[in-house]
Amino acid sequence: MVERNCREVKVREIRFLGTWDEPSDFVELTLENPGWESYRPGQFAMLRARHWGLELPWGRPFSISRVDAESVTFFIQVVGRGTSRLARLRTGDEVVVWGPLGNGFSAPPETPTLLLAGGMGIAPFRGYVERHRTPESLRLVFAHRTGLDFYPYQSLAQLVHAEAIQEHTPEDLPGIIARLEEVMDEYAEGGLVLACGPTPFLHTVQTYALKMDIRAEISLEKTMACGVGACLGCVCKDAEGKHMQVCARGPVFPATGVQL
Amino acid sequence: MDLRVEFAGLVLKNPIITASGTFGFGLEFASFGDLKRLGGIVVKGLSLTPREGNPMPRVAETPCGMLNAIGIQNPGVEAFLRDKLPLLPWRETAIIANMYACSVPEFGDLAGVLAGEEGVAALEVNVSCPNVTLGGAAFGQDPKQIRKVTEAVKKRAKGKPVIVKLSPNVTDIASCALAAQEGGADAVSLINTLLAMAVDIRTRKPTLANVLGGLSGPAIKPVALRCVHQVCRKVSIPVIGIGGIVSAEDALEFILLGAAAVQVGTANFLRPDQSFRIIDDLPRAMLKAHSDSLDELRGSLKLP
Repeated sequence: MVERNCREVKVREIRFLGTWDEPSDFVELTLENPGWESYRPGQFAMLRARHWGLELPWGRPFSISRVDAESVTFFIQVVGRGTSRLARLRTGDEVVVWGPLGNGFSAPPETPTLLLAGGMGIAPFRGYVERHRTPESLRLVFAHRTGLDFYPYQSLAQLVHAEAIQEHTPEDLPGIIARLEEVMDEYAEGGLVLACGPTPFLHTVQTYALKMDIRAEISLEKTMACGVGACLGCVCKDAEGKHMQVCARGPVFPATGVQL
Repeated sequence: MDLRVEFAGLVLKNPIITASGTFGFGLEFASFGDLKRLGGIVVKGLSLTPREGNPMPRVAETPCGMLNAIGIQNPGVEAFLRDKLPLLPWRETAIIANMYACSVPEFGDLAGVLAGEEGVAALEVNVSCPNVTLGGAAFGQDPKQIRKVTEAVKKRAKGKPVIVKLSPNVTDIASCALAAQEGGADAVSLINTLLAMAVDIRTRKPTLANVLGGLSGPAIKPVALRCVHQVCRKVSIPVIGIGGIVSAEDALEFILLGAAAVQVGTANFLRPDQSFRIIDDLPRAMLKAHSDSLDELRGSLKLP
């Protein structure tokens, strides 16, 4: 049911706590914790700065990266009008947020779990690793284009076994795909693969998971207007080809249950 | 302050109604405010049978507005009556069923299904769809067709108020409103979205898969005000103002023109509690207009 996901969700106005050293297209956005301690990694929130006025009528959906007692963190890549403004927030600016939204990743303890992150898809795995009951059963493979320093990779690599592969040119792609498939093979028996990243990356993971019958979950990214299941602007197709909202029915789907 | 409004046989707690397609079936917003506080909820457009809607991408943000081409994705009228309506506070808040069909008899049949439901307060007829039996021209662009559809719905509505939602994509919206009135409509609501388009220069493609979409949001408010003004001067039935309302002040602008009530659409995306905030803010905005009465404000526009 659509309505189940946001039964307890409220709109909050919270302050931006950070400062920027220098302008960047990859930013860590830290806001006051709106009381999201019980969020489930893989869930997301809608963000809209109060001073945006009417020019940008939509909030922007971002995966929640981590939550601690004082703050909530998002990792944001500047791609357009909303993200470029978020990356220029000033300390104390108020941001309207509604969340946590959506379902989140499965986190079965003591299950060998492979985290596959593509680019900014690494964001939700920070909180996932921090909150997992048996982090020793986790492993991360991170595929990225931009330099490693732009991503929260090192903090994750300190917590779990991690490996990063950089795509310098399109010619690197077949090798990266082969490596992803090679690692996924190790999780075919009783394991779990979780993936978050650009659609072609998710497609690679999904195709191989279905081919080899590996249990996998993928987190989708879509443009959203409402984030709560109402506008029907973010739909994808389920296994039967019926439209379903990514915001309310996902954003995490079993690899067997969604068409990319 | 008394915010109640009465028109077309409806009694609403306040003049703020959420617009079709922007508020789901209401239940999606239940955690952001008490649905019983709304004047009314117009639910997502309903068709006789379920519809999957248009391909993606379906929405695009534009300056002070947005485009949509959802294509009336909905679970069908039966699923709405079975799964959604019983969960809505229909005794306290007017639940208005928005109807979508592609032929006159289909509109009649849909009205027949909804008219028997105690929880449905009124029917809103979406005439912006293509008329399949007339080669695809939209009903809403031909006053004769608007009148025919209105008559067909009214005949099967069992006394429930019939509201005809008008498209602004016409040369003379007032004559469309008049056609609805002559067809027996109890009220008209306007405006629906403006036909529009967005282009992505990187892909060299239209942003929407449907190529064309409907523009809504604050960007269209001046057009909506003009249309409501023209219609209010032409018809005697109540008018519901729609188009770019994001604040209580915006709502009052339409009421000054003569609107009985208003619908809030795209503003529900600014933040999901926005319709509730507009209701909270209405008394303050009324004082700004030097009044404590919606009846006194309604239609009090001073023309040169």
